[in-house]
Amino acid sequence: MTIRELLAGKGLCVCVGPGGVGKTTTAAALGLGMAARGKKVAVVTIDPARRLADALGLDELDNEPRQVPAERLAGKQLDGELWAMTLDPKRTFDELIDEVASDPEQARNIKGNRIYREISGAVAGSQEFTAVSKVYELDRSGQFDLLVLDTPPARNALDFLDAPERLTSFLEGHALQMLLAPTGFGARLLAPVFGLLQRVTGVDVITDLTVFFHLLGNMTTEFNARAHAVDRLLHSQHTAFVIVTRAAPDPIDETLALHRALHQRELPFAATILNRYNAAVGDLTAEPETTDGDPGTSSASGPTAGTESAALLEAQLGPALAARVAASVADHNSLAARDRAQLERLTAALDSEPLALVPQLDDDVHDASGLLQICEQLFAQS
Amino acid sequence: MFCVPVAIPLSDRRLIFITGKGGVGKSTVALALGLTAARRGLRTIVAELARGDGRESVFGPAGNGDSGERRLAPNLFAISIDPQLVMEQYLGLRLPGLLAARLGHSRLLGALSLATPGLRELLAIGKAWELSQPERSIRGTEPYQLVIVDAPATGHGIGVLRAPKTFASLAKVGPVAHASEKIAATLADRDFTSILAVTTAEEMPINETLELDAALTRDGLTLDAVIVNALLDQRFTTGDDEHLAMAAGAGTAVGAGSPAGGGTSAGAGSPAAAAVAAAIACARSEHRRALGQASQRLRLGPRLLQRTIGLPMIYGPELPREAIERLATILDEMSA
Repeated sequence: MTIRELLAGKGLCVCVGPGGVGKTTTAAALGLGMAARGKKVAVVTIDPARRLADALGLDELDNEPRQVPAERLAGKQLDGELWAMTLDPKRTFDELIDEVASDPEQARNIKGNRIYREISGAVAGSQEFTAVSKVYELDRSGQFDLLVLDTPPARNALDFLDAPERLTSFLEGHALQMLLAPTGFGARLLAPVFGLLQRVTGVDVITDLTVFFHLLGNMTTEFNARAHAVDRLLHSQHTAFVIVTRAAPDPIDETLALHRALHQRELPFAATILNRYNAAVGDLTAEPETTDGDPGTSSASGPTAGTESAALLEAQLGPALAARVAASVADHNSLAARDRAQLERLTAALDSEPLALVPQLDDDVHDASGLLQICEQLFAQS
Repeated sequence: MFCVPVAIPLSDRRLIFITGKGGVGKSTVALALGLTAARRGLRTIVAELARGDGRESVFGPAGNGDSGERRLAPNLFAISIDPQLVMEQYLGLRLPGLLAARLGHSRLLGALSLATPGLRELLAIGKAWELSQPERSIRGTEPYQLVIVDAPATGHGIGVLRAPKTFASLAKVGPVAHASEKIAATLADRDFTSILAVTTAEEMPINETLELDAALTRDGLTLDAVIVNALLDQRFTTGDDEHLAMAAGAGTAVGAGSPAGGGTSAGAGSPAAAAVAAAIACARSEHRRALGQASQRLRLGPRLLQRTIGLPMIYGPELPREAIERLATILDEMSA
């Protein structure tokens, strides 16, 4: 399957995966590739390092999508359009409150509540929720053929999937709300427990919570409706989840956990993309078994090729430099062997090959040409 | 070796807090440092703050022991700190058994602790603090001479370090407020606590390290050392690289194979010539990456560079355990 086939008929591509694997770059490259193939694409990211903005030459990525200027694409012709936006989670959350609040006064009071500030700013999952919520709005607007969502650098990738549910179950806590109603039966029953909690923690959580739920009032319903709609979008055939990862033990563990989680939640998993992959190069020391049959091997190797090329290398470079080049190749191939073992583990566990192996690049991607390089890799292989 | 050698104070601190961006080898470095200390005879525990993502802890599945403290090697112990369990332990110390169990397990308490600013983080750091105390509060446990906290990714790591202070200011009275103040003072005491960042010499991890440094400074804390992990050897000089570039150009343009004395099959386009071209490309790529690492490392700035410790990339298809042992040996040479 190619990336193009994979994304055919999809309106939303969600890139998930462990931290530090190049998710933002991959999301941007996917968007660029699809825009080159005639789609009107928006890449949505929470990118604290502003890397996407830098790569796309946008000085100001704010809470609205901006079209990437053609002159920033290093001569690449797009049949479609590429747009990009960076999400400000706090601002998006505030906008959401403004939208569902019955009047400005209510919105203002809620935004001033400490519990709200905690939820919108710090609680794991709220950033994720706002990201999906914004994407939902964009999707509904019908402005774009395809939205590519780069998920936030969550503590772990699962945070993202559970965010809407965690948040709604907290807000939806009818039982909790009833208990917290100041005059309720529950409050009297649980008063000693709360008192105890307050005595131990020293924090008057109950008052804050009570005020918070009182303020939320009917908004909870609106909020929940939104969360459920977002949830439906994520589950629909309109959406494709792509796991971006790296061939190292921890990222692969996380990928497998993530894949299981997608499956359990019946979310539409589409493919994995393996970044920063070290492919073996032809060995110079005539040990063909280390590279034999490796599809990533970039040159032929046989029992004689190793010694022959070692001799040739020495003739060209002199013995000292040739020896260092050979050592460099041997070290690289030891990394390649490690990566390959992880690739095999991933393939066996998922019973499918990754959609693309993107090699480790020599430089960090910080401009459009770097992005194009990744884009070529992604779309060439599949 | 790679950087100015800075001594990691392994003997005179009780608490070492290690943080850094995901994927830079933070847990490996934390364990290697723990092993170094243990080999020197310090009773050491590496405390991993629970990941809570259903993945197995780096130490394997949790044991059934009451305290959750497990022995990995002579003098080296490990624990995975789960705030929920700590909450139960803490309540168990303060409340009669049955009530504590009820309260600890209740989902309500979970929801409330979620809404309580910094409570989860406070519980995590509070447990690390408890481990570091000469008089442990959990019955049947022994004190440690060194506690190494393998903290979560940078942003959250700052949250954990800040929690005691936040909490002490929110909670005016009560045992938790009191404990928070004590913990906050311990974290700020540089004779007791050191804070280390692990990074790789790449753009994003270096950015996060700089942000961590700025955030710690704002909170009145100090980043004691930066460990730059997975550094490539400077195997080639600029002159070497020019030589390699020429050889690569010659190889592709005219096929320098035959005149250079290779066998008849070693002309341009032969398998051997292709292997040579690939090998040269591989070497040049390593050289460029090593240069990139050097310039990224410089971004740390003079003040942090003085506190930087470089660790080499560990090659070879080894088990994590072997990598940890090799790093421990390297760290041993560098530590005070």
